[in-house]
Amino acid sequence: MNKLIAALVLSVAPALGLAAGGHVALEKANIDLTDQASLQSGAKYFINYCMGCHSLKYMRYNRMAEDLGIDETNLRQNLIFGDAKPGDLMTNAMRPEDGEKWFGVAIPDLTLVTRWRSPDWVYSYLKGFYTDPTRPYGVNNLVFPAVGMPHVLAGMQGVQEPVFAEHHEGGGAPVVTGVKLTQPGSLSPDQYDAMVRDITAFLTYAGEPIQLERRRIGIYVLLFLGLLFILAYALKKEFWKDVH
Amino acid sequence: MSAEETSTTGFMGWIDKRFPATKVWNEHLAQYYAPKNFNFWYFFGSLAILVLVIQILTGLWLAMNYKPSAADAFASVEYIMRDVNWGWLIRYLHSTGASAFFIVIYLHMFRALLYGSYRKPRELLWIIGVVIYLAMMATAFFGYLLPWGQMSYWGAQVIVNLFAAVPGIGEDLSVWVRGDYVISDVTLNRFFAFHFLLPFVLAALVFVHIVALHKVGSNNPDGIEIKYGPKGNRWDADAPADGIPFHPYYTVKDIVGVVVFMAIFLGIVFFAPALGGLFLEAPNFQPANPLQTPAHIAPVWYFTPFYAMLRAVPPMFGSQFPGVVVMFAAILVLFFLPWLDRSPVKSVRYKGPIFKAALGIFAVTFVVLAYLGLQPASPTATLLAQIFTALYFAFFLLMPFYSKMDSVKPVPERVTA
Repeated sequence: MNKLIAALVLSVAPALGLAAGGHVALEKANIDLTDQASLQSGAKYFINYCMGCHSLKYMRYNRMAEDLGIDETNLRQNLIFGDAKPGDLMTNAMRPEDGEKWFGVAIPDLTLVTRWRSPDWVYSYLKGFYTDPTRPYGVNNLVFPAVGMPHVLAGMQGVQEPVFAEHHEGGGAPVVTGVKLTQPGSLSPDQYDAMVRDITAFLTYAGEPIQLERRRIGIYVLLFLGLLFILAYALKKEFWKDVH
Repeated sequence: MSAEETSTTGFMGWIDKRFPATKVWNEHLAQYYAPKNFNFWYFFGSLAILVLVIQILTGLWLAMNYKPSAADAFASVEYIMRDVNWGWLIRYLHSTGASAFFIVIYLHMFRALLYGSYRKPRELLWIIGVVIYLAMMATAFFGYLLPWGQMSYWGAQVIVNLFAAVPGIGEDLSVWVRGDYVISDVTLNRFFAFHFLLPFVLAALVFVHIVALHKVGSNNPDGIEIKYGPKGNRWDADAPADGIPFHPYYTVKDIVGVVVFMAIFLGIVFFAPALGGLFLEAPNFQPANPLQTPAHIAPVWYFTPFYAMLRAVPPMFGSQFPGVVVMFAAILVLFFLPWLDRSPVKSVRYKGPIFKAALGIFAVTFVVLAYLGLQPASPTATLLAQIFTALYFAFFLLMPFYSKMDSVKPVPERVTA
C-alpha cells in the first residue's frame, strides 16, 4: 500500500512544477515593522509622493499617528494637507473618472495593496521602472507590464534602461530580464532602496494595522492554553484512573 | 437506576416536575454509556459543535457591523478590521473557523469510514450527517460572497453559472438564484439572509444527529455493538459492561481535545490568519469588480476536490452539465455508503488488505483533488483530475464487490484497549 501511495504522489509531482510562474522573480523587501523610524519615513514619502493619486481610504490619520508614534502637532503640520481632520480616513481629492481619463485605469486605493499583491511585489514594483518609449508616460515596469503609472520617483532613482534576453523566440517581442541604471538620480541606489523599503513597510503596516499587536497577544494566548492543557490533562488522568 | 431518578425537593425538584431537566441530563450525559475505547478520531464530533458555536457567536457579532450591500460590504469588513473594538479578532475567528469547521468535519467523516460508523444500525445517523455536510457547504458558499472581494464575486459567479448548465431551464434558474443577470447587490442581500439563517438550521440538524446517535449508541474503533455485549458496570447493572458514562469521562477527555484544538486554531488566528492565501485568499483583499475577471478563479480549499471533478469532465454536446452532474454525484454518492459496504465487519481493524488499500487511495485521492482544484487548468492537471475523479467514484461504486471479496480478521467479543 505504501508503494502505491508513493506511486500516486510521484504521479502528481509533474503538476507541482506547473505552479511555478514564468515572470521576473520578485526582490525581497526585507521590511521591519518594529522599526518605527522606517514606518514614519514611509508614511512621509507615501503622503508626499503617492497620495496625490492613491488613497488609503480604510486608514485613519489618527490611527496611523498613534501606531507610528507621531504626535498630533507633527501630524497636523506635516502629514495632513487640506482641511482633513485627524479622525478622517486618508482619502484624496482625485476623482475616479479623472484617473481613468488621465491614466487609462481607475487609480487603485493602496490600503490593502500588500495583502493582494505582497510586500515583495510593491518593493520590486517601485524599483522596477525602465524606459519604454512605446508607453504613454515613457516607462514600463518589470513586475507590472504595460503599467499606466508614470515613474513618480524617477528624480530620485534616476533612469533605468531595460536589459533584454540574449535569445528570444523569432518574431516575438524581446524579453526584458532586468534593468540597469544609466543616469543616476538624486539618491544613490542604496538610498533609493532604503526609501522604497520604507514605503513598502508603511504600506504593509497600513494593510493590517493590528498585525504586531495580534502577534503579541497571540503569545499570551498560547501560553495560557499551554497551562490549561496541563490542568486539563491532569484532570482527565485523575478521572480515568479507574477505567480499565 | 434509571432516568426516573429525579430530584423531588428544592429548585431542581420544582424544575423536574415541569421540565425533564435531570432526565435529559442523565439520558444524554451522566447515564449515556459510551464505549470506553474511543481514540484520537473521536474528538472531532465535540470539536465540530465547538466550531459551530464559535461561528454562530462570531457571526452574530460580525453582523452587528457588516453591511450587506454592494456599495458598502467591502468597506464595512475593513471597518470591522480597523475601527470596531476587537473586530479584527472576531473576523479572523470567523474566517479561520470556516476552514476549521471543514477540517474537523472531514476528519469526523474519515473516522466513520475507518470504523464503519455508517453501517447498520447507524445508516440514518450517517445520512443526517451528510445532510449536515450539505447544509455546511451551502452556508459556506453563501458566506463566501459577503466580504465582496474579487474572489468572492467571481467564485459566486462561477458557481451560480453552474445552474445555467441545467438543460432547458438553466438560464432562468440561474437568474432566479441570483435575482439578477449578474452577481449584484440583490444577490449579496439574499446570500446574507441565507447565511444568517442556515447556521440555525445546522444547529437543529446537529440536535437531530445527536438524538439519532443516542438512540443507536456510539460505535467504537473495534466496530463492536457494546449494547449486545455483556451487561453490568460499576454504575449500573443493566448498562453495557464496556460502556462508561459520557459525563464525566468523555467530557473531561474532550476538554483536553478542545484545548489542543484551540491552541492550533488560535495559533492560526493570531499568527497566520490568511494561512498563506489558503484561508483568506489574496484576491479577496481587492473589492469586487464586475468588469475585471481575475486571471485564475478557484474556490476556497474545502470545495476544491469537487471543483476539480467539475473541471475534469469535458463539455458534452456544448454543455457543462455533465460536469455539474458529476460534481453533485460526488456528494450524493455519500448517501448510499451504508448499503455499499458489504463487509461482514465494520472496523478497518478487522477488514482485509483490499479495503485498507482502497481507503488509503481514497484519502490520497481527496487530497490530490483538493490540490488540483486550486491550480489553474492545464492539460496535465486535467488528465490527473480525470484519473483521480475515477478513483474517487471507484472507491464507492466498487465497494460492494471489494468489500465482499476481501478477507477479514475475527472480531473480538469485547472492546480492546
